[in-house]
Amino acid sequence: MTAVRVRLRRGIGRGIGRQGAAVALVVMVLVAWLSFPRFGSPDNLRDMALQGSFLAIVALGMTFVIITGGIDLSVGSVYALGGVLAAYGSQWGFVVALVLPLAVCGLIGLLNGVLVARTGMAPFIVTLATLLLARGLLLAITSEGSTTYRIASGSAFLELGRGTVFGFGYPVFLALALCLAGGLVLRRTRFGQSVLATGGAEQSAVLMGLPVARTKVLVYTMSGVLSGFAGAVTAAYLESGVTVIGVGLELDAISVVVIGGTLLTGGAGTVLGTVIGVGLRTVIQNVINQIGTLDSNYQSVVSGAFLLLVVVLQRSLATRAARGT
Amino acid sequence: MVLEVVDATKEFVGVKALDGVSFSVRPGEVHALVGENGAGKSTLIKVLTGVHRPDSGQVLHRGEPVEFHRPLDAQRAGISTIYQEVNLVPLMSVAANLFLGREPRTRFGLVDRARMHAEAAEVLVGYGIHDDVRRPLGTLAVGAQQMVALARAVSADAHVVIMDEPTSSLEPREVETLFSVIERLHERGIAIVYVSHRMDELYRICDRVTVLRDGRHVHTGPLADLPRIELVSLMLGRSVGDIREHGATAFSEEHHAGAEPLLRAEDLTSGRRLAGVSVSIRPGEVVGLAGLLGSGRTETARAIIGALPLDSGTVLLGGKALRGNVGAAVRAGVSLLAEDRKAEGIIPNLSVRENIVLAALPRLSRFGVVSRARQDRVVETFIRRLRIKVSGPEQKVAELSGGNQQKVLLARWLCTQPKVLLLDEPTRGIDVGAKAEVQALIDELARDGLAVLLISSELEELLDGADRLVVLKDGAVVSELVGDRLTRDHVLSAIAAGES
Repeated sequence: MTAVRVRLRRGIGRGIGRQGAAVALVVMVLVAWLSFPRFGSPDNLRDMALQGSFLAIVALGMTFVIITGGIDLSVGSVYALGGVLAAYGSQWGFVVALVLPLAVCGLIGLLNGVLVARTGMAPFIVTLATLLLARGLLLAITSEGSTTYRIASGSAFLELGRGTVFGFGYPVFLALALCLAGGLVLRRTRFGQSVLATGGAEQSAVLMGLPVARTKVLVYTMSGVLSGFAGAVTAAYLESGVTVIGVGLELDAISVVVIGGTLLTGGAGTVLGTVIGVGLRTVIQNVINQIGTLDSNYQSVVSGAFLLLVVVLQRSLATRAARGT
Repeated sequence: MVLEVVDATKEFVGVKALDGVSFSVRPGEVHALVGENGAGKSTLIKVLTGVHRPDSGQVLHRGEPVEFHRPLDAQRAGISTIYQEVNLVPLMSVAANLFLGREPRTRFGLVDRARMHAEAAEVLVGYGIHDDVRRPLGTLAVGAQQMVALARAVSADAHVVIMDEPTSSLEPREVETLFSVIERLHERGIAIVYVSHRMDELYRICDRVTVLRDGRHVHTGPLADLPRIELVSLMLGRSVGDIREHGATAFSEEHHAGAEPLLRAEDLTSGRRLAGVSVSIRPGEVVGLAGLLGSGRTETARAIIGALPLDSGTVLLGGKALRGNVGAAVRAGVSLLAEDRKAEGIIPNLSVRENIVLAALPRLSRFGVVSRARQDRVVETFIRRLRIKVSGPEQKVAELSGGNQQKVLLARWLCTQPKVLLLDEPTRGIDVGAKAEVQALIDELARDGLAVLLISSELEELLDGADRLVVLKDGAVVSELVGDRLTRDHVLSAIAAGES
């Protein structure tokens, strides 16, 4: 009798840990749908999907980094740099506009990865340094932000950000496709298993003969490339390389990843969770906009409070698991 | 020779961990590798498995000189290792752990989960594991996790398997499974290097033995020809007569206990861990907790000091109830020397002095300012009294041997002037000499009037050291033994017969 109850309680506890964000998302959507007639309108849904897609691409890379037990603070700067490089490169056509930001941002990610994996420096410090480095590079090529590179109208590159299918923008499909692929890589490839093992017990992973260093280099490179790509797509959508975007984006990305159930200590997490985290954040933002009278800054307050709740929950679940009750 | 080390030397900052050691393993033999802590066993294993590279000397694999730069190189060559601590990933599934790095894949290069799960279940049955292989590894008992590690090591096409104290976390039933696995490997012609302190095990399964002492090779030969006492004397470098005279442990016979219990724990119940354990200890008495791994020994100690949340039960110290938090218990005079030194005790990068005074800081300070002079006095006293071998009080604890680290911890709790001392495996993982010293110290403390609770998985230590034995099984007390009944047979039959 008690055994059944214990098992039941444990099952529910585990469910909250894993699906807490999903439950919160469903509740938020239901409440918003019933309270605000405009919330469920096709236009609003399309807007939300588009807004969420850029963050989702950045957060996908962050998910991998956090699962290895690391953190990437440079994504915001790299994202902005990617946008500016794409706009700058668009004068030479579609290929340069896409390849230039991916290559440069990938190199910054590679630098992060090599420093973290080979020198054993703390990811926090390494990526804080490259955050400054990327931001500085951006300011240098835009004459301290005074030059804004525009993407010529009629350029094929614009399509990447502005094209639509069924009214939904291309970025939405790009983000979905990347997250699907990311989920598959994490769950169903040796590299993905290696990512989970590295974050779960690094020393053991080394002793088991897993390529721990290579795995770290790869996840940071991935994070750089994905952030650069998100920046490029943003530039295509905005039709120019905006220099002031992406400040604080790293914190948004980290928070949606953690809200989605990825352990900040590494070793466990899902891409689906991150997507749900992005969804939750986007919906909260939208609802606050719908209320209208509420200062949009309260959106951060709500996200912050929710993040706290999730972290506290993760912590108590971990303690309970350790106690084995 | 399937694997050989010739004249290997390895030095760590001024200490020669290996000094011209040669060691060889024949195909299909079970080769015991023994020595006290610090004899060089771990370093030798790490040289064999590519974790360390020798400063000089050679590793030969099937007669060919090889250089292993990392563990993966050795694994690829067919040399697998299972370590004393389970080196797997607790958050990942059992099957994933078994196959990490060599997962079966589908045509598209994706991990073939169905096949992985099926194969894992099939393999693990041979190791006595019938759990769902999709469960996270961390939810299995430690013994079962060790079995998964073993299965992993063996299934990797190994022809040499190195086992570093594989039975230290296994229950007797699991030890039997391990031995039957070793038997199977033996038949398949796989060589096994077996590191253990447990004589019974060595004599039961090993063909040959190599003894190391102080980083040097002392002896290699067939184990059956070597009397136990001879083996111990090779390890210790003491004469056989000396050992006979002083016995295996350093406890004296009896203590003079007070009449009234100082600490009385009643009906401690906590989830599935403890089901109504009652223990009382009188001043000057050493009470031993016996029982198998998982019987609730550690949990009882943790419950007494308030580190384990209780569903019910009380702990009375001198008639007054402890409130169930560690801080209050320590202030009231109860100290716990935890089992896991690394995780729960020493702070490796602090000095010996800092580690010792940590718990006593409130008593050594006035208005929040710590008196350095008083610290130095206290630290000096304990270094002398516990015979801690240090270059000075400012030496980093990380640089000390396991036995001396344990003494530093003991000193930490003693300088809070406790009335009750809870010792969880105080001599685990420290060498024989230091072990005797710690045992003698426990004796001395009890004679000074401390109430001591001693937890140990070594029966001899409990039988010699304790005045009274409380036998636990499945979180409940099954027997209490005093006087004449304090024998090995009584303990074993209590554990075997006791049902709760």
